[in-house]
Amino acid sequence: MLMEKNRIKIRIYRKDPEKDAKGYFQEFDVPVEEGMVVLDAVNYVTEHYDQTIAVRWNCKAARCGSCAAEINGMPKLMCKTRIDQLGGVVSIEPMHAFPLVKDLVTDVNENYETERAMPEFTPKEEKEPWIIDEMDVLRSQEFRKCIECFLCQDVCHVIRDHTTKYIGPRHVAKAASLDMHPADSLDRSKILTEEKGLGYCNVTKCCQEVCPEHIKITDNAIIPEKERAADGFYDPIMMLIGKIKKRKNGKNVE
Amino acid sequence: MNEYKELDSDILIIGSGGAGLRAAIEAGANGASVVVVSKSLLGKAHTVMAEGGIAASLGDVDSKDSWEVHFSDTIIEGVFLGNWRMAEILAKEAPERVYELERYGALFDRTPEGKIMQRAFGAHTYRRLCHVGDKTGLELIRTLEDRILHMNNISVMDETLITKIVSKDNKVIGAIGFEMKTGKFVVFNTKSVIIATGGLGRIYKITSNSWESTGDGIALAFKAGAKLVDMEMIQFHPTGMVWPPGVKGLLVTEGVRGEGGILLNSKGERFMLRYSPKKKELDARDVVARAIYNEIKNGNGTEHGGVYLDITHKGAAFIKKKLPAMYEQFKEFAGIDITKEKMEVAPTVHYFMGGILVDAETCKTNIEGLYAAGETAGGLHGANRLGGNSLADILVFGRRAGLYASEYIKNAKAGKMGVREIEAEIDNVKKYIDNKNKGVNPYEMTDKLRNAMEEYVGIIRNEKDLKTALDIVYKLKKESAKCKVSGDMKFNKGFIECIELNNMLLLAECMIKSALERKESRGAHTRSDYPEKSSDWEVNIICNNVNGDIILESAAIPEIPERLKKILKQ
Ligand SMILES: Cc1cc2nc3c(=O)[nH]c(=O)nc-3n(C[C@H](O)[C@H](O)[C@H](O)COP(=O)(O)OP(=O)(O)OC[C@H]3O[C@@H](n4cnc5c(N)ncnc54)[C@H](O)[C@@H]3O)c2cc1C
Ligand code: SF4
Ligand code: SF4
Ligand code: FES
Repeated sequence: MLMEKNRIKIRIYRKDPEKDAKGYFQEFDVPVEEGMVVLDAVNYVTEHYDQTIAVRWNCKAARCGSCAAEINGMPKLMCKTRIDQLGGVVSIEPMHAFPLVKDLVTDVNENYETERAMPEFTPKEEKEPWIIDEMDVLRSQEFRKCIECFLCQDVCHVIRDHTTKYIGPRHVAKAASLDMHPADSLDRSKILTEEKGLGYCNVTKCCQEVCPEHIKITDNAIIPEKERAADGFYDPIMMLIGKIKKRKNGKNVE
Repeated sequence: MNEYKELDSDILIIGSGGAGLRAAIEAGANGASVVVVSKSLLGKAHTVMAEGGIAASLGDVDSKDSWEVHFSDTIIEGVFLGNWRMAEILAKEAPERVYELERYGALFDRTPEGKIMQRAFGAHTYRRLCHVGDKTGLELIRTLEDRILHMNNISVMDETLITKIVSKDNKVIGAIGFEMKTGKFVVFNTKSVIIATGGLGRIYKITSNSWESTGDGIALAFKAGAKLVDMEMIQFHPTGMVWPPGVKGLLVTEGVRGEGGILLNSKGERFMLRYSPKKKELDARDVVARAIYNEIKNGNGTEHGGVYLDITHKGAAFIKKKLPAMYEQFKEFAGIDITKEKMEVAPTVHYFMGGILVDAETCKTNIEGLYAAGETAGGLHGANRLGGNSLADILVFGRRAGLYASEYIKNAKAGKMGVREIEAEIDNVKKYIDNKNKGVNPYEMTDKLRNAMEEYVGIIRNEKDLKTALDIVYKLKKESAKCKVSGDMKFNKGFIECIELNNMLLLAECMIKSALERKESRGAHTRSDYPEKSSDWEVNIICNNVNGDIILESAAIPEIPERLKKILKQ
């Protein structure tokens, strides 16, 4: 590891698409503190060497999902990746699945449009206050841990291809969090497969491997939604029964 | 001539935290056209960090709870400085806001009977905090965000930074800012502006707050002529991380103590038994923070300058279910397994009780058409905020600000900003960019300010320290006029730092002057030279903008009516 006398070399990707035809790496020498994370190193550079480096962060606590980047080629949160756990030179690049704004910052706003196009939470008619079993809450809550870092979108090869209409793992997990809400009345599985390209996902599980919140996106959201859609398409009666009996009871639809 | 675009709407909401989003929903539902701007991305506001929960007297766990008890906890723990009417509104309306959030799609933890689970928190008489594990703020923001995205009269411009609120003849007419992604200026012509820009924790070195919490909205309101209140009242949360250095100040939720965690000094003594035999670890934040401060100062601190917080006795399964974010946070950042090892903690700057002075009922400021809600507004929490009361605050008063602003615009006429005023502001902002001359590094200035506030305007204050701090602020004000950064305006964080620094220096001056003025100890404001609480100081200190100067005034606290006095305990 390039850590001489408690210093480290980091390489930061630089490009302003309006000005530069090609991107390049700029190398900096940064002092290392105990427990330091990649974002500390980048901030050290902006504070001491070059204030013009574009970098996005907010909570610095792995809670807001602002600081997603590719660190030594791996999609990670800069504020959660410790320098001492990385080997070799530390290279920091922006996410590749999104349009570049400048340096480490990408434009992720398309994700809000995707969310806007998904049918929102639509509660069943029920007497208030709602009585909901703790067991039924757990399944949906897993997806609600999502901090919208969009690292899963970044790693998904279907999205990187840019050729399909697949909305990507984050948005399937979002749909699943609504579908599995015990008080929700809709079923989004059909929309997911018919309109949102879920069929293109070939369950490689890369998305769930990079999720900093350890959400089992493929296992617990994508596969159940695919199966539910399949059930619904082939057997409308099963789907009806499923809606009444199985769907909202917090167990897997199998 | 500068280039800029103009945007018209009925209401501009500055901030997309809980207060801003809830205000937008209400104003949108009431038919107003709304633009929401924020410094960070939509869905990433400081509110996402909130952990412990929302205080509301549902009585789902302790059936004896009621709005009366919530009201009385809020007033008493605010050491009678809080506005009684705001506290009453908060206590009465919080339950409905929680149920409403559930109807919008939030999924709270449940009791065995399937009701909303509520946990114990410092100085709340009953178990009162509705929560989603220790990620309540995230659930709140996601739920409101989803709602907003599905309303078509609300548009969101995130990563847009407001540098000026424009008022004319004591009436707001709009605001000026720029888009970070393009560096382009935007002029917002509106009938009403709602400020929901959150707190100012970043004025201190050690804080739990996000990058964006630099108090911009409070400074902009003051510059536009609004009055500020209780600027000396800043809350130190008792438990922030102390190690490793990069995360110093990061919050360790009060939920740890709420779920049974205990505090120990380096001798292994459970010292809270000495400071607060009855409430122990769950006494009000100012009490626990001072106790920890004293233990550390008296040589009973740990290796990294904190005290121990221990929850290992609760067992791994319980801890991982109830405090997943804490488990993760210590594992990832410090390499510590909190199910087996003790945590090290010390006080961290956490919440700003002071802020823009507003009308209790409507959230209106003294400027017509200008409203403020959430952490930005002052008055509700008095000298100490109860945990969980802020998430309740942002929902209750966010909604009210949206409601009353959207009523106001129905009969208000839009003003028109003068071209000269727009040009002047743009020039004023652009002056920080200079590619030819090297100026003062803004980061060095903020660093000096944060260190000064940490050292001289901390948990325990005195006249000498406060005056030292004031001198430093005056000096930094002069030096920072020479701040310069290179590059252009596009996503230039150094440039943004210059703007924030300017705001923070103004606020620091207000805070220090107010702290000098209050010659007593009350709640979060402790003076070693005036250690006692004094009835002479049952007043709010108000900062007025008189031709750009900060002029203090003390105002009598509105008297609590008999019907409410009766329900105050003791
Ligand atoms: C770690 C932590 C845990 C907490 N836990 C709890 C809890 O359990 N319970 C509780 O009640 N409270 C808790 N709090 C406090 C609570 O989270 C905050 O007080 C509350 O979220 C503030 O919300 P807000 O809407 O007022 O502002 P914020 O959420 O701070 O939002 C401010 C908004 O204003 C925008 N903004 C700021 N300046 C500008 C500008 N110049 N131009 C444009 N936009 C701007 C920001 O981008 C942001 O969108 C916690 C706080 C922290 C730090
Ligand atoms: S499992 Fe599906 S969504 Fe996830 S990375 Fe693979 S293809 Fe993409
Ligand atoms: S699912 Fe995980 S990886 Fe994907 S956006 Fe959410 S937190 Fe990030
Ligand atoms: S800065 Fe919030 S997740 Fe990294």
